[in-house]
Amino acid sequence: MHELSVTESILNIVLKHAKAGNVQKVMGVNLRIGVLSDLENEWVQRYFDYLSKGTVAEGAVLKIERIPATMRCENCGQITTFNLQELEKDWKCLACNGESLTLVSGREYFIKNIEVM
Amino acid sequence: MPEIKLIEIREEILADNKVLAEEIRDLLHKKRTFMLNIMSSPGSGKTSLILQTIRKMKGAFKIGVIEGDIDSTVDAEKVLREGVTAIQLKTGGFCHLDASMLQKALKELDLSNLDLIIIENVGNLVCPAEFDTGSIKNAMILSIPEGDDKPLKYPLMFTVCDVLIVNKTDYLEGSDFDMQALENRVLKLNPAIKIFKLSCKTGVGVNTWTDWLEGEVAISNYT
Repeated sequence: MHELSVTESILNIVLKHAKAGNVQKVMGVNLRIGVLSDLENEWVQRYFDYLSKGTVAEGAVLKIERIPATMRCENCGQITTFNLQELEKDWKCLACNGESLTLVSGREYFIKNIEVM
Repeated sequence: MPEIKLIEIREEILADNKVLAEEIRDLLHKKRTFMLNIMSSPGSGKTSLILQTIRKMKGAFKIGVIEGDIDSTVDAEKVLREGVTAIQLKTGGFCHLDASMLQKALKELDLSNLDLIIIENVGNLVCPAEFDTGSIKNAMILSIPEGDDKPLKYPLMFTVCDVLIVNKTDYLEGSDFDMQALENRVLKLNPAIKIFKLSCKTGVGVNTWTDWLEGEVAISNYT
């Protein structure tokens, strides 16, 4: 359900840049979304199609790159990727076996660029 | 055929909300008011915890409550009966509160005259996790009947909270809820999270929670 609010924000940012660049038509929007987000690709696209009707972004295709959950070892600084469905396993730094880890990616909510004509 | 070109954007999608949330935190710091955002599934005990917290703390602290609900005022009425200020925010179908809604609600409150504001967010473990409300700390409640597997299903919520309250511990006996497994899962996602285990029904563990909260409120009030 929060897809609607998020999609509205995406559209506003896209339209702002399209206007500034005198764009005739937005063909694609490239997003980077962390795996921790529950955003559903299909719903974001449907909401975008609905909200963008009559704008230069009507018909644009959203392409979502999913960013994995990675954690930094507080001991040695090594960054390791983890599978969120494997919370049963021991999560340790691959380099030094350190167990003091801090989340560094996986919560991204980012517009990378737009493809325009 | 016109050429397709790329325009680099590199912007946070929810940047507008983040800016508003920071404005709210600045205002709270100026007014020396602590604001806590409580999130959970429906029925896990947000309102019960808020009522228990008010009863323990209202003697020493001036408390206001912001109730986020899709379309009812049931919870706000319960809070008002405790004799503290309550603001009802109807989200009109939206599944979460965001910073712009909080900014409106805060205008209705006399911040100079409040030590603690508690936000009762809309009940769900997905959407509220994405939207910064401008609170100083975020807390979530997980109740025993919901099961110990929730960190696997809703990992984001567990990563954005400073505090996890495990409520309804009076249901532990005879259930297959594995507290150790829950703690292991949660601490992997968020090693810094503080965990309180309590029962709003029996009152067991509530003091440990309010002791911590009183400490946090005192820090905000005097620094």
